[in-house]
Amino acid sequence: MASVVIYAIVAFVILGLIFGGLLGYAAIRFKVEGDPIVDQIDALLPQTQCGQCGYPGCKPYAKAIADGDEINKCPPGGEATIQELANLLGREAKPLDDAHEGEKPKQVAFIREDECIGCTKCIQACPVDAIVGAAKKMHTVIADECTGCDLCVDPCPEDCIDMIQLQPTVDTWTWKAPERTIPVKEVS
Amino acid sequence: MVMKFTPHSSPHTAGNNDTGKLMRLVVLCTIPGILVQTYFFGWGTLIQLVLAISVALGVEASILKLRQRPISFYLKDNSALLTAVLLGIALPPHLPWWATVIGVTSAIMLGKQLYGGLGFNPFNPAMVGYVVLLIAFPVEMTTWVPVQSISEHQLSFLGSLNMIFTEQVGELTTQSLKQLSISQFDGITAATPLDTVKNDLGNMHSLQESLSSPIFQALAGDLWYVGKGWFWVNLAYLAGGIYLIMRKAITWHIPLSLLATLLIISNMFSLFSEDSYATPIFHLFSGATMLGAFFIATDPVSACTTNKGRIYYGIGIGILLYCIRSWGGYPDAIAFAVLLMNMAAPTIDHYTRPRTYGHRIPTVTKE
Amino acid sequence: MKAKSAHHLWQFAGGIHPPENKSISTQQPIQDLPMPDKLVLPLRQHIGAPAQPVVTVGDTVLKGQKIAEGQGFISCPVHAPTSGVVTSISDHAIPHASGMEDTCVVIEPDGQDRWIDKQENPDFVTLKKTELNAIIREAGISGMGGAGFPTAVKTAPRDNIDTLIINAAECEPYITADDVLMRERADEIIEGIEIVARLISPRRILVGIEDNKAQAITAMEKAAAGTSVDIVVIPTKYPSGGEKQLIYILTGKEVPSGAIPASIGVVVQNVGTCAAIYRAVRYGEPLISRVTTLTGLAPKHPGNFNVLIGTPVSHLLKTGLQAPVAKLVMGGPMMGFELASDDIPVIKTTNCILAPSKEELGEAIPEQQCIRCGECAKACPANLLPQQLYWHSAAKELDKAESYNLFDCIECGACAYVCPSHIPLVQYYRFAKTEIKVQKADKEKAERAKIRYEQRNARLEEAKRQKEEQRRLRAEKAAKAKAAKAAAAKEAAASGEAQSADAPKKTSQDDDARKAVIEQALARAKAKKAAKQAKSSNDGSATPSATDKAE
Repeated sequence: MASVVIYAIVAFVILGLIFGGLLGYAAIRFKVEGDPIVDQIDALLPQTQCGQCGYPGCKPYAKAIADGDEINKCPPGGEATIQELANLLGREAKPLDDAHEGEKPKQVAFIREDECIGCTKCIQACPVDAIVGAAKKMHTVIADECTGCDLCVDPCPEDCIDMIQLQPTVDTWTWKAPERTIPVKEVS
Repeated sequence: MVMKFTPHSSPHTAGNNDTGKLMRLVVLCTIPGILVQTYFFGWGTLIQLVLAISVALGVEASILKLRQRPISFYLKDNSALLTAVLLGIALPPHLPWWATVIGVTSAIMLGKQLYGGLGFNPFNPAMVGYVVLLIAFPVEMTTWVPVQSISEHQLSFLGSLNMIFTEQVGELTTQSLKQLSISQFDGITAATPLDTVKNDLGNMHSLQESLSSPIFQALAGDLWYVGKGWFWVNLAYLAGGIYLIMRKAITWHIPLSLLATLLIISNMFSLFSEDSYATPIFHLFSGATMLGAFFIATDPVSACTTNKGRIYYGIGIGILLYCIRSWGGYPDAIAFAVLLMNMAAPTIDHYTRPRTYGHRIPTVTKE
Repeated sequence: MKAKSAHHLWQFAGGIHPPENKSISTQQPIQDLPMPDKLVLPLRQHIGAPAQPVVTVGDTVLKGQKIAEGQGFISCPVHAPTSGVVTSISDHAIPHASGMEDTCVVIEPDGQDRWIDKQENPDFVTLKKTELNAIIREAGISGMGGAGFPTAVKTAPRDNIDTLIINAAECEPYITADDVLMRERADEIIEGIEIVARLISPRRILVGIEDNKAQAITAMEKAAAGTSVDIVVIPTKYPSGGEKQLIYILTGKEVPSGAIPASIGVVVQNVGTCAAIYRAVRYGEPLISRVTTLTGLAPKHPGNFNVLIGTPVSHLLKTGLQAPVAKLVMGGPMMGFELASDDIPVIKTTNCILAPSKEELGEAIPEQQCIRCGECAKACPANLLPQQLYWHSAAKELDKAESYNLFDCIECGACAYVCPSHIPLVQYYRFAKTEIKVQKADKEKAERAKIRYEQRNARLEEAKRQKEEQRRLRAEKAAKAKAAKAAAAKEAAASGEAQSADAPKKTSQDDDARKAVIEQALARAKAKKAAKQAKSSNDGSATPSATDKAE
């Protein structure tokens, strides 16, 4: 009787040692380096810095998401970004927040230059320094750097900034996915 | 006057391949086997086929209607037809009609449409239906008719119909049928040779003793003791299968690797202990071996798609087939072996990617 | 065939044998067309930067006169194909899969066909390599087999080339432009090949011709006799004329993924390009016309034509129709693209105009589900798994599609051709490829935006810090002054000083509000003047940091 108890104890001790060793090894072997989740989220955001999410930029929104905010507040990113965020965070993908008007086509700001008075308001509003100009000198938008956030539109006292939709050119044109050409449903 | 067109992507021409035609060809290639099967086992097989096909098409059409898909467009791919034919062939000829209906419905509904229809099913639909029946109604499903010439009762066409739809012929009822099946042979029903050998070997009989049972009574044409009729049935499916390969409807990879594996393993065990393991020829030409190798395992949707993968897939089925037949709980194992390998197919495909032009080694990415 | 085809050949994976339909257009020798009413010359007929026009509307141009200059290293000039008047330089439908418009120079021929002074070189063998290559560049020659890569880039003199391959496979069904060119102008082609060979000094020169072109092979072998050019007959199989496939067939080498053939010491030129090189070097003729196949069952007189670059397709069809045209394909039925209208010009890369009847190449069959039969994988010449690419492309799992080497797909269409479910596979791949490119561009842009945003934030922080610093210094100064004053005149009150020390602490909001008021007033008062100023100082040389100081 006593020997059975001893055997049992010995067996469990050995098992404990083996598994403990394995777990310890695994902890070293498969160690996960820090958790730069905010950076990972930030990398998925479109970096328009438009503030439509209610935060002053993409990074702050990334921090907010990491702290538990919803992932569906980014209209420039649209469904694709929500999907990627959902995959990254293991959360459920939701449709874009109702507070937002939905996905807009890509656009850039354009200053009607003969109406510009050189007030520099738009320059101060631009989150990515995509507008150049000086006080009382005409301003203009560097189209390639403009993220289309439209933060410059409201501050303009002359209302001379338009958001222009980008038209595809031969260079930016993309193929469309085939439409499934299943015959029309039969009336039976 | 400018001509206007709506451009489409290239290529602007297409070959003659067609899914519907492909499936139809596979169905046509089962005909020799079906005829031989009917010759040896009576009208039951044909009745099961007609029943299975009509139920399959009906179920397919009604589910398509529920899913609001165009019905005739999808029926024309002939995949429901093929599923019904493969399942109909595999069912015992005198299986009660309700079992057939359940089996076919499960095959089409659970095995295919619930996954999104043709192309999305991870498992071979016909085998899903077969396994549902095998697990739910083991007695009915393992009760095969004996070859007509050695049975005492030869069933006419009407007799078979009666048997299937009313489950009684004359003094024989379902009840007596079950008892008969327990007493193993004669009357209207009998176990298959595979079943017989399996039971006998399990009961410490030697292979020789087992082979002396009536269903092995060597008559002309059953030279290798594989069970009367079964040899010819398998030969007919083999012929159909080879024709399929010649027509390039299937590739040789799966059938050949499957049969070669089965041959090698059975040979090994047979040499190791002649008395306790059936011969290679017995394994190759008994049960549903040929049907499975050429018609069931080669179902493209649920099998591997790379040629290298197909070889591993065939080997896997061969091994599982032998193991389940020899040591498992069921006499024949095509269905289980195929379904198990269906599960492994995506993984095999993932690790057998060919080397792309201009790449040093095959790229295997993390999923 | 002959002794020369004893050359060892390798066989690439996959490939298909579609009906060739080449005899439709090989019954006649190369013919000339009447002069069209207008010639439309896109500025981008090649891969690389578009050419810049050097003529203006209303200019009279001579045949062979340069009308647009190449921009940068990978670019090509464009020349007037005949004498006439430039009637417009504006957007016009161009031959492109998108059916979109791009800048074109339109010339109305004057019917006189007057040449510019040509620089002929009867003894071109004495020219220096750099001179030869300059001629090729100035003649506006770009690859005439389909892709249109500027030829001068590939013929730039160098000495690390092992094999020069001349692509004469012409594996696409219907197309016979290279075939008849070889039959009729084999000598010019061989001369052209030798010019290229002189430029890049290859160890060997191989001309790959599919064995379905017996007449062309005979002509080429005759012309190549006594030269170092090897005519190699290869088995007919689509797509053996694909650059990568032909390289493999002839050398057994594979071009590494994402690299160019030169990286394995191979340069590939099309036969038509070689003939054009010879015309340019020997006779000083720039690339202003080419041989184009008009074929299909719709044209009454299918055949090969000397077509001036810029000739609208409708002009080719004026040779007569015997059936309604179901569609217009530029290129072959496997890799060509459909034209949105017949008012689209033939360009340097146009080897074929296919005008099929409805019965010949009609509507696409509706797409069924993929049954994973693997026929596509058997046909794929790049050894890809088209079924997986399709699966992931259709599901928009673009990263997975990419991991299955999507970008190694050459879009040859063999997979779609054999697909029993009639899936437009190539379109799925094109969709996925362009989508991935757009996403990558977006990512890059986002990355740049992020950097700019962060830099701006850093700068604002720095400005704020500096302001704080200054404020602190001023406060200290004030305090010191105060202390000094206090020391100097103990009886004096400190109220005035305290005020001055407080002044900088005003919030920036106050600042902004005040500034806005000022600015609005300013704007109202000087709107006109500001606008004028704005116009004159168009350069906007001021930097954002300058404006920050204004704050």
